[in-house]
Amino acid sequence: MDPVNLAEITGSLAAVGYGLAAIGPGVGIGIVVGKAIEGMARQPEMTGVLRTNMFLGIAFTEALALIGVGLGFVWQG
Amino acid sequence: MSGITVLASEGDTWSPPSLNEFFPGGIFFEGTPVEINRIHLIALLMTGLLSLFFVLAFRNPQLVPRGLQNLAEMALDLVRTFIVDEILGAEGRKYTAYLTTLFFLILTWNVTGIIPFMNMPVTATIGFPAFMALTSYVVFNVAGIRAQGFGPYLSSNLFIPGVPKVMYILLTPIEFLSTFILRPITLALRLMVNMLAGHLMLVLFFSAAWYFVFYPNSPLQPLLGIGVFGAGFAFTLFESLIIVIQAYIFTLLTAVYIAGATSAHH
Repeated sequence: MDPVNLAEITGSLAAVGYGLAAIGPGVGIGIVVGKAIEGMARQPEMTGVLRTNMFLGIAFTEALALIGVGLGFVWQG
Repeated sequence: MSGITVLASEGDTWSPPSLNEFFPGGIFFEGTPVEINRIHLIALLMTGLLSLFFVLAFRNPQLVPRGLQNLAEMALDLVRTFIVDEILGAEGRKYTAYLTTLFFLILTWNVTGIIPFMNMPVTATIGFPAFMALTSYVVFNVAGIRAQGFGPYLSSNLFIPGVPKVMYILLTPIEFLSTFILRPITLALRLMVNMLAGHLMLVLFFSAAWYFVFYPNSPLQPLLGIGVFGAGFAFTLFESLIIVIQAYIFTLLTAVYIAGATSAHH
């Protein structure tokens, strides 16, 4: 006799995984941008340098989320 | 999931966008190594347009720029002020040509993602960003070797000064991995996956809107479709921001790598 499923979830596990993978970089980018804006507000004359470094920080943090996107396609199932 | 299943049970099936989007069939020279598909055609067209724009703008340069030359000079000035001068300084002016080419090539290849009827960012296929990352890799390594010599360049990158000697067993492999192997890989992947994700989101929104409006199975679904279309439009605006930022980040990181390679202090 077949076992009875009381609760069943169907769908893409990759989507759940990506949701989890996006938490860290999301928090990270928030911190990077927040701190950069804080610095700009304190020292408006440093805005140029801070903006450049902010984009650098975003680029490195964001890489994690993007790996999450990519791996969802690598292991489809 | 249930919405998709219901839609799929109708005559016209709706399927979520997949990676097949990025491997369209060949148009010319099918089956040969030089097969040209839709994406390659877009790339050739956009590269031609970009070259044409700059050739036309600087065909007969005037001291006091007017019209197209004015526009092109503003564009070139953008890269020089915000990337070259800020990161490399005055002695880095010789890299302006490479960095400017990089920026505008990536920008034109990205922007096809939101141009109607093209709807495909060329940089979402790995070959284009990988080749540009490889070029950047060669450029920053050659810049470093020229500025410091081969031995000092390697040692300044692999042996961080001011660290206990024992730590080099641990640090040197990590530095080697991050500087000489991971840099070009992340450079290429960052651009490619960003454009890929953006394109998939746009396809998702607009194809879902299309099926909600034209193949509804309840009277409320066309309304939902219009809402989804609005979301897709908003995402197109967001995508246009991403397009510029990704071109900027790729060029900025290349400039940072060149600056790091040419200065002796790590």
